[in-house]
Amino acid sequence: MTASSRSSTPPAPRPGDPAITPALVAEHGLTDDEYQRLVAMLGRMPTFTELGIVSALWSEHCSYKHSRPVLKTLPTQAPYVLQGPGENAGVIAIGDGLAVAFKIESHNHPSAVEPYQGAATGVGGILRDVFTMGARPIALLDSLRFGSLDSPRVRYLFGGVVKGIGDYGNCVGIPTVAGEVMFDPSYEGNPLVNAMCVGLMREDELIRARAEGVGNPIIAVGARTGRDGIHGASFASEDLSAASEAKRPRVQVGDPFTEKLLLEASLELIRSGHIVAIQDMGAAGLTSSSAEMAARGDVGVTIDVTKVPVREEGMTPYEILLSESQERMLVVAKRGHEAHVRDILAKWDLTAEVIGEVIAEPVYRVTEGERVVAEFPGSRLVTDCPVYTPEARESEQVHALRARDVLATPERPEEADPVWTLVQLLSSPTIASKRWVYRQYDTTVRTGTAVLPGEGDAAVIRLRGTDKALAMKTDCNGRYVYLDPRVGGQIAVAEAARNVACVGARPMAITNCLNFGNPRRPEVFYQFREAVAGMGDACRALGTPVTGGNVSFYNESPSGAVYPTPVIGMIGVIDSLDHVTRSAFRHDGDAIVLLGEPTDELGGSEYLARVHGIVAGAPPRCDLERERATIDALLEAIRGGLVHSAHDCSEGGLAVALAECAVGDRERLVGAEVDLSAWNALPARCVLFGEAQARVIVSTPDPARVLAIAERHKVPARRIGTVRAASGVLRLTVGGRTVTAPLERLAAAYHDSIPSIMRRGPAEEAAVLEQHPQPAAS
Amino acid sequence: MKFGIVVFPGSNCDEDAYHAVVDVLGAEAVYLWHKAHDLEGVDVVLLPGGFAYGDYLRAGAIARFSPIMQEVAAHAQRGGPVIGICNGFQILCEAKLLPGALLRNAGLQYISEMVRLRVENADTMFTNRYEPGAIVRMPIAHGEGRYTADTETLDRLEGEGRVVFRYVNAVGEPDASGNPNGSMRNIAGIVSAEGNVLGLMPHPERAVEDVLGSHDGLALFQSMLARVSA
Repeated sequence: MTASSRSSTPPAPRPGDPAITPALVAEHGLTDDEYQRLVAMLGRMPTFTELGIVSALWSEHCSYKHSRPVLKTLPTQAPYVLQGPGENAGVIAIGDGLAVAFKIESHNHPSAVEPYQGAATGVGGILRDVFTMGARPIALLDSLRFGSLDSPRVRYLFGGVVKGIGDYGNCVGIPTVAGEVMFDPSYEGNPLVNAMCVGLMREDELIRARAEGVGNPIIAVGARTGRDGIHGASFASEDLSAASEAKRPRVQVGDPFTEKLLLEASLELIRSGHIVAIQDMGAAGLTSSSAEMAARGDVGVTIDVTKVPVREEGMTPYEILLSESQERMLVVAKRGHEAHVRDILAKWDLTAEVIGEVIAEPVYRVTEGERVVAEFPGSRLVTDCPVYTPEARESEQVHALRARDVLATPERPEEADPVWTLVQLLSSPTIASKRWVYRQYDTTVRTGTAVLPGEGDAAVIRLRGTDKALAMKTDCNGRYVYLDPRVGGQIAVAEAARNVACVGARPMAITNCLNFGNPRRPEVFYQFREAVAGMGDACRALGTPVTGGNVSFYNESPSGAVYPTPVIGMIGVIDSLDHVTRSAFRHDGDAIVLLGEPTDELGGSEYLARVHGIVAGAPPRCDLERERATIDALLEAIRGGLVHSAHDCSEGGLAVALAECAVGDRERLVGAEVDLSAWNALPARCVLFGEAQARVIVSTPDPARVLAIAERHKVPARRIGTVRAASGVLRLTVGGRTVTAPLERLAAAYHDSIPSIMRRGPAEEAAVLEQHPQPAAS
Repeated sequence: MKFGIVVFPGSNCDEDAYHAVVDVLGAEAVYLWHKAHDLEGVDVVLLPGGFAYGDYLRAGAIARFSPIMQEVAAHAQRGGPVIGICNGFQILCEAKLLPGALLRNAGLQYISEMVRLRVENADTMFTNRYEPGAIVRMPIAHGEGRYTADTETLDRLEGEGRVVFRYVNAVGEPDASGNPNGSMRNIAGIVSAEGNVLGLMPHPERAVEDVLGSHDGLALFQSMLARVSA
């Protein structure tokens, strides 16, 4: 008997399954209203299996129930967008018949309780999202946020996350080339781990995860299904608490070796023409992948859980459906091609088992042999999920913080020497060199990396067989978003665009990972709504549509919500390898030109946080027209061959950016002489450390032409100095005085900060482990 | 000249090696599947980097039992050239085609960075296009690259001129500051007694074009072209 011919008898309770009680419903995270919706949809009480399925699919992580209406306001269109939001990854065309698939996703909660596996499986999941579109992954990026590195617990999390990311990506053989790491006490109890993957394919290789063709077999591919990660999606949809440690078993365990085999096998399958759709069994595992593929294809499916290859005896339908065991795929093959699919998987020592089929009857049905254990009408399992628009109201506390006059903050006595302040900022872990991190990542595998981490404002991957390259970067200053979500959202996009422009790329499109607190709190939902609005403003102004992303709510620990952190992953295209530009000064005698200008702003700055312990004031203004003009002017100068280096001003302001140009390459320190007297009307600390937006430091042999280009684009620009390569110092004239910073001192502050913190004694580390014992057999 | 690039499950530098020898060097190359028993008439066998069999148990420990390794050993016995890069070097040591072992890096962390090497012997089939004592730059990317052997083996390697590449510092000296992973005597690459099997941890195939930051690895492949074709 084939599955499709079975008559549709409603499922009865399965012997051994718990009875459905209000307590069980609550444990599954469903509200009373949601439960009533479920009963109405079914016209009867759900079975335990059905309750589990709905609990996963209607979790925030899978359903986007609090975010969908807001996300709909984002621009998603451009002529070159081949696939916008709604698939495993977004896809854009970049010319020469090539397309780029890219996506960012969070793995915050797993990483908070088990940093190594949490981060590793985050990388695994995002790789699968990209190669299931038919693209070969070519680069990984990571956007990380942690509490203060002075906390041993944070150092344990930081070290574990970095090792987890590295071990996974290194083994699969995808270079990890860019990202950012920031440290702030707001992330203390709830670190953020966002992983982004970029893949390359020919346009005609694009495949979508849409179940099609009645009678086509549904095949489970890759690793066997175990009991790990059950209810991971629901875990990601609640606040972290002291009890979260007990949910460590919900964290999945990764196997990058199997992932590598699955990657090769999946790409071979897609190219073979034997399949019609493929999807990762990611969050909510088999349940989510099968229900979503059916909903997209507007067909029914039936799945027999007894056919699913399992790791252990006695797994219930509930467990099999909700397991988040890693490195598994769900494939819809063409009928009659099953043997070919098995052959391809066998070549890579992987299994493929037919577990169900596409049916005409509009139902989502799960059986255990002959017994029906779950059955939902049509695609309502996905479409009936409630949508909420909670109350939004700005926190009065934040309103007051923003209104505070931070310019009135008295200077500390040490600030009489601006070099002291500069050293404080350069050694701030948020600003300091992240070499300790990226030295653990294989950055050069696949022989495509033209601009390595630490060399430029974004990573550059050349595309073999063309003269083109891709630029990529993640960005977000959560402090700005906290103080003013709308402006902060705008700046996150603008800074990412500026960064890819600094390496010579035209910004093309973004993916985003929206990390926020509990959306049922009005002040959190306000942050979310306003930040997304700000992102939308900037995406429209800069012509960079959103092609997909991920929302991560409930980033809260007992100490409160994290800063709202909408991380932007930007892709840019470089038309010629000749345009690839790095950030460090290169040639003695080059003129240093500042595009943009300082302001009297200090709000939300790293200076205030690091030197004064203050997070307050309005973040810097964001003039999106100016941002666009600055990018246009910069790219015109780069394409004209006028630019020897380009570096944007961000955290730490102009002085930090100049120091980075001088000492960013520890083996090649390059001095400079800079005169900022033009802005003597402004407070010196604003000129040096203010974080005014739309600014780029350029070194050029031909300042006159660069200034002329800037003028034509109506971008304020000024020559501020000269590269003095062998001088051994950074000399700054500001506010009527000249200070001289030895490059060695700046380099030591910038390069030694994180390694020296991470070297703190093993005794301390042991104490942390004692406080948070590791399971003996994991 | 024809290269055979062995593909184990988990190899991930196979395409990079192919690109280097075919697109950049202009030689021929074929991929050799690890389950095969046929070297398809290649002149040089290249074991690429990666994580063959996930490096489970120990890097290279399982890969050495792959069917193709019997043919690789026979090819080496006949005097045929074999290069093992990174994971390939680890496999050659596990297969006893080269002496010694590659242990966990001294700092216990995976290390990915550009390093400097000194060409210690420019009179091998792999290095004849380098100047003796030349300082070259190539990337490393490994967690288990600390070359280790007993003193007798080390002395023999040194005495027979079989240490081919040594890690050096910014001024070209093989001291601790130039040693990224704690390798004994700063050893980065060695050849077999007959000189036809080379193992090295750095990645010459990642240093063949200026766009990648160095082209110093190209001479290694050119050396073979000169010697093997001659």
